Amino acid sequence: MQSKRVTLFAGHYGSGKTNIAVNYAFYLKNLGKDVVIADLDIVNPYFRTRDSIDDLTRAGIRLISSEFASSNVDLPALPQEVYSVFDKKGESAIMDIGGDDRGAYALGRYADYIKNENDYEMLFVFNKYRPLTPTAEDALEIMREIEAACKISFTAIVNNSNLGGITTPEDVLSSVDEAERLSEISQLPIKMTTVTANLVNNLNGKISNLFPLTLQNKIV
Amino acid sequence: MGEKVLMKGNEAIAEAAIRAGCMHYFGYPITPQTEIAAYMAKRMPKIGGVFLQAESEIAAVNMVLGVAATGKRVMTSSSSPGVSLKSEGISYLAGSDLPALIVNVQRGGPGLGGIQPSQSDYFQAVKGGSHGDFKKIVLAPSSVQEMASLTSTAFDLADKYRMPAMILADGTMGQMMEPVELPEPNAKSFDKPWALTGTKGERKHNIVNSLYLKPEELEKTNFERFERYKEIEENEVLYEEYLMEDAEICVVSFGITARVAKNAIVEARAKGIKVGMIRPITLWPFPNKVLRAAAEKCKAFISVEMNMGQMMEDVQLAIECKKPVYLCNRVGGMIPSPEEVLAKIESVNEGGDK
Repeated sequence: MQSKRVTLFAGHYGSGKTNIAVNYAFYLKNLGKDVVIADLDIVNPYFRTRDSIDDLTRAGIRLISSEFASSNVDLPALPQEVYSVFDKKGESAIMDIGGDDRGAYALGRYADYIKNENDYEMLFVFNKYRPLTPTAEDALEIMREIEAACKISFTAIVNNSNLGGITTPEDVLSSVDEAERLSEISQLPIKMTTVTANLVNNLNGKISNLFPLTLQNKIV
Repeated sequence: MGEKVLMKGNEAIAEAAIRAGCMHYFGYPITPQTEIAAYMAKRMPKIGGVFLQAESEIAAVNMVLGVAATGKRVMTSSSSPGVSLKSEGISYLAGSDLPALIVNVQRGGPGLGGIQPSQSDYFQAVKGGSHGDFKKIVLAPSSVQEMASLTSTAFDLADKYRMPAMILADGTMGQMMEPVELPEPNAKSFDKPWALTGTKGERKHNIVNSLYLKPEELEKTNFERFERYKEIEENEVLYEEYLMEDAEICVVSFGITARVAKNAIVEARAKGIKVGMIRPITLWPFPNKVLRAAAEKCKAFISVEMNMGQMMEDVQLAIECKKPVYLCNRVGGMIPSPEEVLAKIESVNEGGDK
């Protein structure tokens, strides 16, 4: 799978951005790259990249995250360290953007740096089992809102359609049509279909560019 | 039941409310319940409903009172400090005998506290929580599926008994995602002859009010209201029993902590400890009878909750202090782990814990 120096994950809130971003960071690290992951979510103080800090540190992945993330205060702050992403061009950077257009405004501040360097991809994370994005048209609407908010256009789609822990291979297979329709009406390729590691064997050969999500944040 | 979707607890409440015929939402943002307002803001304009972000919690709850007086289904939602601000209005709703839904996705307190989950508004929810003698129906969901189903239940009970109902959830329940089968649209219709719908010159006008100039009259409304509360205590108690048939130790827990406790109970059973759980689903009315019956068979109770032992007092009252009740708790935004609950079960099983 081709990758760019900067990979941005954005989409509807709850679509799975943070989980995919963390897994993608490990993927790039395993390819031997220097990897930094920056948490730009200033909307949701729960379930943050910082929750995986132990795993990331152990793997030698640099984490940029507000010291207030996953804490007891609700401060929508971005650390100044985010700018280091654009100075340290030897690193592969992953940016985890907050949900919807509201979450994407924070990214707009860095839009010029990203576009001037011009070595990025911005991935739209799609889950057709989320209640507000059951169809390609619903997803496209959110896509356009996010692009307007952050001033960067998406370059590809990640199909992350799932129903959490009860997801079956059939659930994933039956999402392919809608993801392909989204690809068609947005004129963007599907970069990958993300599935939990236990479904990979079942789906191998049936869906191209499967990306296994091995690391899962589990709650109660 | 429809197709499965993957939802946050907060979204499940919002969508279930719409499906229960609630077309009016008034709120003010606060973490960790903001997704309810965000969802309503996206959906209501598309279906001809009203989403209004008020200038404050106090304004929002009074807008709820206004719509409730017309007999329409209406709701607001907030998190702990915001619910405190709404409490004056909730008393006015109760005093005016108006049905409405209030959602509290609790966070740690007191004061500004923090944004992590908590169950420390138990007293506020079940003991009135504002001025005057009154109750509200309080439902405590323990899964995202129940966030949806109990929202419909809350609207129905509120309408049936003409009183405010509350969903008492916590930050984790609001934020966590689980697959949900959403209910089909299920707006039950209740006769509301008291509603302010315009007389069209054809009937005597209705009055919705909580002000009484004569103390005798105010006393009478209080007595009548409490007669209704008795009926609710008799007929509307909801709870879940888990492995209670042969249980010697009874865990009592609601909402998110009941899930943690269930894991611990499975572990304890594997070690041969006879432990079960009674999970109150309605916190008011509280499942007094089933707890009182359990006190005849069990040697001890453990109240697992994320506060300093608020529900524990209701357990003691329910069982008339027949058996010891121990507390297993975390507070301030911390969630007890299954291991902590298991350790408490083991120490109580070995003959006590202090």
